[in-house]
Amino acid sequence: MSRSAFTLDGAEVPFDDGQTLIEAARAARRYVPFLCAHPDYPAHGSCRVCTVLVNGRPMAACTTKAAAGQVVESDTPALTADRRALVQMLFVEGNHFCPGCEKSGGCTLQSLGIELGVTSAGFAHESPVRPVDASHPDLLLDFDRCILCELCVRASADVDGKHVFALSGRGLHKHLIVNAESGRLVDTGMSVDDAAASVCPVGVILKKRVGFSTPIGQRPHDVATPRQQVEGKEGA
Amino acid sequence: MTEPTTRRIAIEPLSRVEGHGKVTLLLDEAGAVREARLHIVEFRGFEAFIVGRPYWEVPVVVQRLCGICPVSHNLCAAKALDAVVGGVPPPSAVKLRRLMHSAQLLQSHALHFFHLASPDLLFGFDSDASRRNLMGLVERHPEVAKMGVMLRKFGQQVLEAVYGKRVHGTGAVPGGVNKHLSLEARDQFVSQVPQVKAWALEAVGLARRLTEVNQARHRGFGAVPSNLLGLVATDGSLDLYDGVLRGVDAEGRVLFDGVEAVDYRALIREEARPWSYMKFPYLERLGPDVGWYKVGPLARLQLCDRLPTPLAEAARLEFRAAYPGVTHAPLAYHWARMVELLHAVEDLERLFADEGLLHGDLVATGARQREGIGIIEAPRGTLIHHYEVGDDDLVTRCNLIVSTTNNNQAMNEAIRAVAQRYLSGHEVTEGLLNHVEVAVRAFDPCLSCATHAMGQMPLEVTVVDAGGAVAGVGRRGEA
Repeated sequence: MSRSAFTLDGAEVPFDDGQTLIEAARAARRYVPFLCAHPDYPAHGSCRVCTVLVNGRPMAACTTKAAAGQVVESDTPALTADRRALVQMLFVEGNHFCPGCEKSGGCTLQSLGIELGVTSAGFAHESPVRPVDASHPDLLLDFDRCILCELCVRASADVDGKHVFALSGRGLHKHLIVNAESGRLVDTGMSVDDAAASVCPVGVILKKRVGFSTPIGQRPHDVATPRQQVEGKEGA
Repeated sequence: MTEPTTRRIAIEPLSRVEGHGKVTLLLDEAGAVREARLHIVEFRGFEAFIVGRPYWEVPVVVQRLCGICPVSHNLCAAKALDAVVGGVPPPSAVKLRRLMHSAQLLQSHALHFFHLASPDLLFGFDSDASRRNLMGLVERHPEVAKMGVMLRKFGQQVLEAVYGKRVHGTGAVPGGVNKHLSLEARDQFVSQVPQVKAWALEAVGLARRLTEVNQARHRGFGAVPSNLLGLVATDGSLDLYDGVLRGVDAEGRVLFDGVEAVDYRALIREEARPWSYMKFPYLERLGPDVGWYKVGPLARLQLCDRLPTPLAEAARLEFRAAYPGVTHAPLAYHWARMVELLHAVEDLERLFADEGLLHGDLVATGARQREGIGIIEAPRGTLIHHYEVGDDDLVTRCNLIVSTTNNNQAMNEAIRAVAQRYLSGHEVTEGLLNHVEVAVRAFDPCLSCATHAMGQMPLEVTVVDAGGAVAGVGRRGEA
């Protein structure tokens, strides 16, 4: 084994100094299931879907730095079962109605559910009551679908410099809020051209009046699922 | 003095119909049928929960009413919302919507006639119940079963090509559609049309033979005169996608004509009754007692002046000749339905020859409006979608009058007539009870589509967890 490499499910994966496990794996076109990790933003480590075993210890692949000689396991029945449970919990904590959601076919949570073989809720539905915010002329917020990944928080703060979004509350009561006295998006400085308007991996932040304009077969994950995007393969 | 004893018989569930319903019969001491009712026992509530959702979501969400005719709801909702986005769909979009609609009609009519209704007609209403079904059809008439499957398959393949999926795709959007038909798919379909048309002609012949073979019984079976309602083109020909409302009375005299979709409210009222989740619409000017009407193939073929496709028009003329005047026989629906199936195939053939399916603008928008009304002739009859949308793009009000709802009173009248004619004074057997189901089935009801929010009807919802424990109870009105 070369000095700067680790093994992922038995295959050697080279890395550059400072790369995380998931960054190195992506560079080597090897897929580790992920949800809140985004290549354009610093690691957040909130969803734990990318948890792998590093020398036998569970670690988030998005926050763990690669080190020479690490033995990393990802594709194991036990880890797949754990990831499936995590995704099921995210589904039941919100209100996710994929059949009527315009993000279908481009939703990372939905694709991950399919990837992991989620076929049932698995847990009791929380059925939270979270009214939509349609106050903004060009954007709609459907809080039912929030998975608390903070990508919008990071994009608004780090790229847009606006700090429109934040998470409030703790534990089960944690929820997404917008930075306005009224609590309404229209009273923030949010613009449809902001990075935060396009970063949501699920169907919370939506551009108005364009839903379902992309036909089935041409939606992002119809063209290539997250796994296929990492592996560099075209979809069916 | 003792109360007269009555006996209640429930046909539950109704079989070989879409959705869940039951029929109850009330028999007196002498065995005479005193009451017969079609109950819709499932509750959907789409009219309520679409409120508060963004309008562009509506055509995709509301179509989940149904797994058989979702395209009708997708199209009707989009038509209503065309007005909201202020756009007249471009010519290509209209052609693609018409293509979807005819493909949908083809697959739905084939499903009903071959899979659901034909066992009654081929084997007899009181034949062996264990064989009187699709599997019996496959066993004893494999060529008929295959024809039904292949006709339906063709319609579904066209839908998949233009609507993304065979069921619950995303074709129509407010102001237009979201894709063209590909040249490759078009050419493939064109090559299949001759065979499909031959099957459609055969289907018309089969429906006709099955109707004529026992004419005396078929003509009177469940026949109750009523008004007829449907869309026609402005020139009076049949138009299933767009047009104006025409109504005739039981003898075929025109009650009204040329009524625009937006004026439906002045025409139709809806009555709620406490024993069903399905509303009872009627013509406002005639009142609930005599203002009820039939919709669907039987109404449409007798309302319109002609069909715009030649083979189907010839078939319609034969149908009309067989029933001088106006027929109200529910079993005549089957023959009329197959004439429409042939029309759908011819319409698809006409559309395939149009280059507008392959290119051209797909969506148009204009000045935003707050209200939209769409009417379409779904496979089962006139379908009305009505929405109000706020300035924030969220739906504030929704009213759906679904095809099966329009036929509600007609179905109740038919089962009452059949029950009184065939059951009164007889020992009630499964075969006799199937007569009642045959009458309902002729209308091709979609009970899932037809049940919605209904004023302040008492409603209790009990949520039971997997272990059987009550997790919560919600009530509206009296529990």
